[in-house]
Amino acid sequence: MLTRHQIDYVKLALPKGRLLPATAYLLTEVSLGFENYAQETRTYRLQSTRLPYLSAKMFQEKDIPIQVAIGNYDLGICSLDWVEELLAKYPASALVKAADLGYDKGNLYLAASQHGDISSLQELPPRQDSWRIVTEYPNLAEASALNLRLRKFKTFPVWGAAEVYPPENADLVVLWARDESELRAQNLASLKTLFSTSAFLIANRESWQTKNVSQIIAYLSHGLEMGAKPWSQSKQTLAGSSNGSHPGFSEEKVWLALPDGHQQTPTSEFLHKAGLQLQGYSGDTLNRRPTFNLDWVDAKVIRPQDMPLQIANGNFDLAITGKDWLLDHLYRFPSSPATELVDLGFGEVKVVAVVSQDMPVADIDDLKQLIQASRLSPLRVASEYINIADKYLRDNHVGQCKLIPTWGASEAFLPEDADLLIENTQTGKTLAKHNLKIMDTLFQSTACLIGNKDSLKSSAKREKIASLVEIFRQTVESS
Amino acid sequence: MTSQRCKGARDLLPEDTERFRHVEDTFRSSCLSWGYQEVRTPTLEYLHLFTAAGTLTPNMLSKVYSFLDWDGWSGERVVLRPDGTIPVARLYIENLTQQEIAKLFYVNNVFAFEETGKENRERWQCGVELLGSANPTSDVEIILLAAEILHSLGISNIKIQLSHAGMLKALLKELKLNPDEEASLLTQVLDGNWQVLAGIESANSDANRLLSLLLDLRGKSSGFLENLKALPQISLDLKSELDNFAEVTSLLDALDCNYQIDVTSTRGFEYYTGLCFQFSVKENKIGSGGRYNDLIPLIGGKNTPACGLALYINPLMNLVQPKAGQKTEQRILIRGETTMLDIIKSCFQLAQSLREAGYVAELDFNSRQLNWRWLVTVQEEPSPFIVIDQTRNQKGHAASVGEVINIIGGSA
Repeated sequence: MLTRHQIDYVKLALPKGRLLPATAYLLTEVSLGFENYAQETRTYRLQSTRLPYLSAKMFQEKDIPIQVAIGNYDLGICSLDWVEELLAKYPASALVKAADLGYDKGNLYLAASQHGDISSLQELPPRQDSWRIVTEYPNLAEASALNLRLRKFKTFPVWGAAEVYPPENADLVVLWARDESELRAQNLASLKTLFSTSAFLIANRESWQTKNVSQIIAYLSHGLEMGAKPWSQSKQTLAGSSNGSHPGFSEEKVWLALPDGHQQTPTSEFLHKAGLQLQGYSGDTLNRRPTFNLDWVDAKVIRPQDMPLQIANGNFDLAITGKDWLLDHLYRFPSSPATELVDLGFGEVKVVAVVSQDMPVADIDDLKQLIQASRLSPLRVASEYINIADKYLRDNHVGQCKLIPTWGASEAFLPEDADLLIENTQTGKTLAKHNLKIMDTLFQSTACLIGNKDSLKSSAKREKIASLVEIFRQTVESS
Repeated sequence: MTSQRCKGARDLLPEDTERFRHVEDTFRSSCLSWGYQEVRTPTLEYLHLFTAAGTLTPNMLSKVYSFLDWDGWSGERVVLRPDGTIPVARLYIENLTQQEIAKLFYVNNVFAFEETGKENRERWQCGVELLGSANPTSDVEIILLAAEILHSLGISNIKIQLSHAGMLKALLKELKLNPDEEASLLTQVLDGNWQVLAGIESANSDANRLLSLLLDLRGKSSGFLENLKALPQISLDLKSELDNFAEVTSLLDALDCNYQIDVTSTRGFEYYTGLCFQFSVKENKIGSGGRYNDLIPLIGGKNTPACGLALYINPLMNLVQPKAGQKTEQRILIRGETTMLDIIKSCFQLAQSLREAGYVAELDFNSRQLNWRWLVTVQEEPSPFIVIDQTRNQKGHAASVGEVINIIGGSA
């Protein structure tokens, strides 16, 4: 009888961002390195330099537990907080926490501003309204709020910059930090340490039960047993941002939210054109609380994705974001008071439906025929714009589909981990480089000033809001 | 073909629905005859109604179906009703507080996530709430009401187990644990994990002994509680709870209602403050309830003592036998000889007259073979109706609708 020698191909999900330098260092140190596994890389698919059966793909850390749990990847490396965030909502996820890799230690904290009126959980000041909790970890935040028996609370999920919201625009924040001194540097004080985190090796349960991944584990174990662990010292040096200036809260001031990321530079230029001078918004070090030359305006720099929800809830009065994010919000909450006030015209992108160039479809009807023929059922759809994608699929009567929310770098999902992508593009060049093609254009999006319909009518500061809107409008008209 | 039904959801087929209605109808008519009034609360409620301390345990809250509504941009979550009592308490606060005592009942579904998907995630219950009375006779009233309903449903060998949340909470205090320990112990006990109590070594050995007397023994009359009350070093708080417990049980003794005192029988009684009870048949739990004097103030109402009960329709459906056959006896099938317009018209007219006369009249233009007792064929004048008694194998002719009714009515 012949013994079949079977090689298990193993797929590994590796983190971008904060965890990348130490992870890359560790993998190289234990002879498990990948070519091009670096922050600035443009290729997402990586091949092990030593083990021919091992391949990897780079993801946003938050995507990794999901990708491993659904079985697209056998193994993954990410910080424990993202694993717990998934398990808080889906305790039955097919995930195995295989090994604590020990580096990038930190904690998940429930915190409040040092300058607000909350100093401890035992003495929460009485309040008629709900506690506003801002967080990148909505599942964990909700579970802790329930466990703490906070009677009325609202969780505002955000894409980032959670630390900058309290005390003016939120009461509590659930966030990751290395230690309490790092929290204090952000003007925050810990109310409760939810749990400690570090980098973990996680595995898909099915893969762990059926595949032999022992060689990979052995390499890693070798590293964990080494006396010196130089990778633990490796720290990510991201472009700095600070939340340093002492908040000077005033009920009468107009709260303006400014975008970070790609929209920061054109927004900064636009504000300059409008005669508004901001300190700390341009250049290398971003101050998340830049100062204005108008003393009746306060500004914070947050993620453009998060602005419509913040505006709808009156946490900010005005915000500069993209139409794409406003629409994504309005498709989910049609009666939301968030609305576009001025089209600022810059930052134009198209929101498009994208498939792999190898897929034999020219439009959505072709794609539906493929689904009908059960060649693609269910259709896997990846997008950062989860509500736009959902509406696009509904409008086109695509029934059998799975929506995969992503947190950036979505183009890496096709073709292995998704069939269709709803994504924005300026020129289409990046898409083409990744062997993708545009199948449909949903709409054009530009930067816009958004506000809250209700507070424009009734807010005590409606006149101030209106004059700031007017400044923006005139700047657009004169250019 | 694989089923497209949601995991943990259940279809009720005609036979199931008949059992369901039998339980519901029996419940409704009993409640009405005891002077209770029916209410309905919405399926959707705000989550915060259930999150106040002392309403649902964190474990129960982790299983609620909560989501953001289409206008949920404020982050205010809604839930599919996870519990029947709390919404009725809300309804009472908002509408009925002018009534000195409100006696309400309802038939509602409640939702809770169940991981395997093999159990029902949507469960139906018959609920009763008696709001505004602290009198132990009210606790007894709802227990006897439930017993009567179960009796009317033909269910025998019912076991009634009693416990007392106030007594348990007072006893936990006697253990003199630090507040964190006490809170975590209570949460575990609320989730039904009674073993944790057995492992407690407290400084107060009297309390420990009392605890094991309660955990290990099953009382069968109010004497059991009187014995406990007579023990030395019982605190005043604990004694007053035991007094209340004993008062209810001695009333039950006087009314010849059998029960067992078993403190470990209840779980998930987060909002209960006094007597708790559970009904079961063999190992099937078929109902439970208790006193919840703190719930209404917790969700924003005035101090209002109250107690209530829920009977679980899903297990009850398997225990009942609705009286079958009665209705098919009088079923009449109406058929047209031809499909001419006039014939079809008189078929519909005949069916209407028969329904008005109290019969089940089914139309058949598909020539189906059905075993109804009566078959009426409609044909052309002069003798338009042929009436066939399929049971007795008799056949007659009728010239008018009145004659048809006479033939069928005369043979009953």
